[in-house]
Order: sequence, then structure tokens, then C-alpha cells
Amino acid sequence: MTSSLLLAAASDPASLSTTMSTVRGIDIDGIGGWMHPALPLLIGAALIAFLPSRFGRWVLVLAPILGFLNLLGFEIGTVVELPMMGLALQVLEVDKLSLLFGYLFHLAALLAGIYALHLDDRLQPSTGLAYAAAAVGAVFAGDLLVLFVFWELLAITSVFQIWARKSDQAFGVGMRYLTLHISSGLLLLGGAAVLFKETGAVELGKMELGPVGDVGLGPWLLLIAVGLKAAFPALHTWLVDAYPAATPTGTVFLSSFTTKTAIYVLARCFAGADELIVVGAVMAMFPIFYAVIENDLRRVLGYSMINQIGFMVVGIGLGEGLGVNGAVAHAFNDVIFKGLLFMSMGAVLFRTGKINGSELGGLYKTMPQTAGFCMVGAASISAFPGFSGFVSKSMVMVAAAHDGQVLVWLLLLFASAGVFHHAGIKIPFFAFYAHDSGLRPKEAPTNMRVAMGISALLCVGIGCFPFLLYRMLPYDAPYNPYDVTHVVTQLQLLFFSALAFVTLMLLKIYPPELRSTNLDVDWIWRRLIPRVCRLPIALCGAVWGGLLAGAGDVRRSGLLAVRWLHSPAGRFGEPWPTGRTAFWAALLLAVMMMVAYASR
Amino acid sequence: MASGPQDRQHIWDNPKNVQKLLVVFWIACALMLCVDFLVHRHLSFEHDELPIEGWFGYYGFYGFIACVLLVVVAKQMRRFLMRGEDYYDK
Repeated sequence: MTSSLLLAAASDPASLSTTMSTVRGIDIDGIGGWMHPALPLLIGAALIAFLPSRFGRWVLVLAPILGFLNLLGFEIGTVVELPMMGLALQVLEVDKLSLLFGYLFHLAALLAGIYALHLDDRLQPSTGLAYAAAAVGAVFAGDLLVLFVFWELLAITSVFQIWARKSDQAFGVGMRYLTLHISSGLLLLGGAAVLFKETGAVELGKMELGPVGDVGLGPWLLLIAVGLKAAFPALHTWLVDAYPAATPTGTVFLSSFTTKTAIYVLARCFAGADELIVVGAVMAMFPIFYAVIENDLRRVLGYSMINQIGFMVVGIGLGEGLGVNGAVAHAFNDVIFKGLLFMSMGAVLFRTGKINGSELGGLYKTMPQTAGFCMVGAASISAFPGFSGFVSKSMVMVAAAHDGQVLVWLLLLFASAGVFHHAGIKIPFFAFYAHDSGLRPKEAPTNMRVAMGISALLCVGIGCFPFLLYRMLPYDAPYNPYDVTHVVTQLQLLFFSALAFVTLMLLKIYPPELRSTNLDVDWIWRRLIPRVCRLPIALCGAVWGGLLAGAGDVRRSGLLAVRWLHSPAGRFGEPWPTGRTAFWAALLLAVMMMVAYASR
Repeated sequence: MASGPQDRQHIWDNPKNVQKLLVVFWIACALMLCVDFLVHRHLSFEHDELPIEGWFGYYGFYGFIACVLLVVVAKQMRRFLMRGEDYYDK
């Protein structure tokens, strides 16, 4: 319904706003674009699903461009309400924060689309675009119910990027992913219901955290729901489980939208919550240890993604101003440089069929461009001056220092050194250099190189001209990353982190890449609980089996009785005289009349 | 065996090139440390909460120690976290 209304707005927006607000009860407050920002991508997804893939693949590129042009028409402050079941649902609310994420998601969809252009498939591009649409819808949602719809759509559309791998393993991973993400949506709905009961509104706005007795259960349910999608510690395993299991193109889509939508909701609802500073610091720290010993290079990137989200969560916890600005800017940059790193690893997987560090090495010889793009991504995530990570991560660090958070600042500095170590050096080194694996794959396909090239340019562009990004940030908090102290200290940190790597490699202390599984928190529900529950489940199975057998006996006896009564020789099987039939029919009607009378 | 274009020597196949790169890298590290003599760094913490930040080579040493610690601890983690590749499939 909304879609048709907003589509109609294209022809005559001015007259529509008056007509619709009076005739259909829709409150339209100055629509600038042609249609809801999620619609161009959704329409594109539907077109791809039905068009032959040779046409559909161009929709994959065109839809984000048209969607972006549509989005440019929206002004800050635009609100669209849709009355439904006595509630005025805010299907669209545009502010500086949502607009920034809207631009980002269109850019990410375009880059992922170019990267996936070679696919001769309709499922992945179509669901990928629908997934981007869900993310765009979520960041423009004005209330929790609209957010819930797009939140669940994010889960449902994204799982196909994993299932498209078409293996039993991928199916299992997809089911685990879907279970957790649908649960996240249900927690969100539960939180919205509690908030509605307590406040009478489902507004998506700032929420206070505190003792449940004071603030109620609503904000906490919402925080857990968002925390699940943002990969909070102990809720993070879906990320390192799913991202390495998706297709080469699928991981690029997956890495762009889900966690960043969660960061957006955190920035909107929980800015300044002290709890987030602690959560973020833990997130920045623990994954780097896993990343060092992990063999699957896409899982290494998964852990390093949690580490980067940790910086964002700390920034949000530090509050409005430089903290949230830093978090949001880092989310923007992370989508691009992490996407670039996943693209380069996807290209390696696509060309060699391998992704374990223990099986790769020496690929720079035949994939020099991919190696170069990978190193730009690595320099960006490591926050080298001149690259995008530098201009955003430092904002969070400075905000932490201004807040007097010494321990958190030291932990973030540790994590900064660590991320260079495992993502900046380990990823390019073990894939493209290190020992020669003997693999001589072809360079990545042209479309993949174009996508990686644009991403690399953006990494350098934002790194050199950060004001282009800064002026889109939600708060007015002036910041200059390029002062002498900052550049020098960052370079010292990075060079000596690299020195540690080189020293440990030369002394042969650095842990070799080993084919292995490293246990994480998901061991609890993938191993411990099934083992502990084995006996009760066996008991339940035995009891259930017994019940079924008993029920079978009862059923068989019943059937025998029916056969005995209704067989040709049975009591009801013989021909009845008309008079007796009429008597029983009359008696039945009389009983029914009495029942009807009594229950009147 | 005839050597095709794919078997030609690449830049890092030659150990001399690797050595040269390492020498350049070590000189760069030393220079980075020396910058501390030339530049007066301002401190991140406005109220002097972390005075050692201003010490000579603080960031370099911190980065080096952090990474060594990271690797040593991670290596020990393998002792009790590492399982076979098909652990969950069994």
C-alpha cells in the first residue's frame, strides 16, 4: 500500500501530499524522492528473480544507482506515517544518521553487485539485493515495528548467500544462522511489546539502560536483540560460523549490511550507555587472539570484523559527539575496507578453491592486482595514515582519551596493534606471499577487479580527504586526524607491530597455520548441550515410543469394534425398517433442539 | 622441463631481495624511533592520566610488546582450544 502511494508521489508530489493526507489518512511531510528508499532495491530484486540472468545481472548494478539517485531527493526531517491497526507506523524517518547509512548501503550494494556480476545465477543476486533493501528499510524505519519487519527480512534474505554454497555443511550453518537471527527479531518484537505496554509508544529513539526495576525489560530486550546482530561477545559465533561458509560473493554481501544495521540502531538508541564501553573493549580484544591461530582466512577476517565493531561499540558508548561520530565513520569505512578484504579472499577462493592459510601462498605471482588491492584493504583496516581506517578509528581513540578512559584506551591501542598483526599482515602474507604453494591461478575476473579497484580508491580517497566523510557525520564535533603527533605515534605503533611479526617469523616462534577447528562459545550449544541432553532425550524417545505403541493398540481395537458393528453381518450393517430410521432421526433432532434451547 | 612464463623467477623468489627489504624495514623502524627526538608529541590524555605515554618510544615499544604477547598467548590457547578440522562433523 505504501509502495503504491509513494510510487504515485513521483508524478506530482505536491498534490499528492495534500490529497493523500486527507483521502487516505497518510501523513506525508514533504517527500523528496520518488519512492521509499528500500523500494528501488526491492523492485530490482524482484526483476532479477524473473529476468534471464544475462539481463538480471545489469539490474544488480543499476538498482543501487537508481536507488541512490532516489535517496538524494530525500531531505532531513522527512517523515511518512502509515496508519495500521490503531497505530501510526512510521515507515520512513530521515535524519542525518539514517541518511549516512542509507548512502553507505547503496554504495555497498553497488560494489557487491559489481563483484557478483559474473554469476550465472538468479538466486544469489536477487536475494542479495533484497538483503540490501532490508538494510536500507531498517535504517529509515521510524519505529520499532517497522524496524522489526526489516530486521526479520534481513535474516531471511541473507541466509541464501550461505545456502547457495549447496552443501550439507552450508545448510547446517544456514540453519544455525537463521535460528539466531530470527530469535534476534523475536527479542526485538518482545522489547517493542514491553515498551508499548509501558509507554504507549514504539518509537525508535534514545533509551536509557539501568536496573530492570527502573527502566523495565524493554530496553534490555532490545539491546540483546541488537547485540546478537552486532556480534556482542558470546553472541558473536554466528558471524565466524556463517561468513566463511558463504559463497565468495555471498560473504561480501553478508559483511556489509547486518552488523552495520545493528551499529546504526545502537547509535540511535543507546548512545552514551556506559555498558557499551566495556562490551566494545572486550569485542576489540578477544577476537584478535582467535584470529592469530585461525587457518581459514575468511574466518580470520570474521574475527577481525568483531574487533572493528568493538571500536564502534566503544565509540557509541562514549556518547554523542566525537564518540558516535567516530563509530559511525568507522562503520562507513569498515564496510568498504572489510568488503575489499573479503573480495580479495573471495577472489582467491574463486580461483583456487582454497581459503586455508596452510594451503595458500605465493599467489602474488599470478594474481598481482588482487594482491595489491588486498594490501590497500589491509593498510586501511590497520589505520595507516593516508588510508581510511586512520581517519575514523583515531576519532574513537581520541574520544576515549578525552573521556579519561585509560584502561579502555590502552586496550584499544593493544587491539590496534593486534589488528595490524593479524589482518594487516597475516591475510596478505599467507595468501599471496609466505611459502610458495605452487598454485598458479589466473588473475581474478574483470568485474571482481573493478569492484576491488573502486573499493581501494575509496579507501585511499577517504584517507586523504576525510572531510568528505566528516561532513556527513551526525554531530558537529570538529576533528583533524592529520596532526604530527598522531601520524608519528600511529606509524611507530604499526612499524613496531610489524617488527614483532618479522622477528617472530625469523625466530620461528610465530604459530604455523594448521588445519584445525578452534573451539569458541558455540561449543556450548553445538557439543556440550547435545551431549548432556543425550540421556534425557533417549529417555523421552523411549517414553514417546511406548506411548505411540500403546496408541497403536487402542487404534487397532477401535477399528475392530467398528468393523464388527458395520460389517454386512454387524448390528448397524443390516437393513433398517423405515419406521425405526424415522424414530431415531426425530429423536436426534429433538435432542439437538433441546441443546440449542438450553444454550441460548 | 621447459620453463614456461609461469615458472620464471619472481621478485621474492630471490633471497637477496628479501634480505634487502628486511634491511630497509629495520632502518625504517630505527628512523621511526628517532623521530621521537625531533618531534615534541602532545599527550592524548588532557589531565595527565597516563604520563608514560610521553616517554621515549612509548608507542613503538607498546606495539612490539603487544604483538609478542598476542602471539604467545594465542599459541598457548591452541593447547586447549584446538581440535581436528572435522571436530563438529563427527
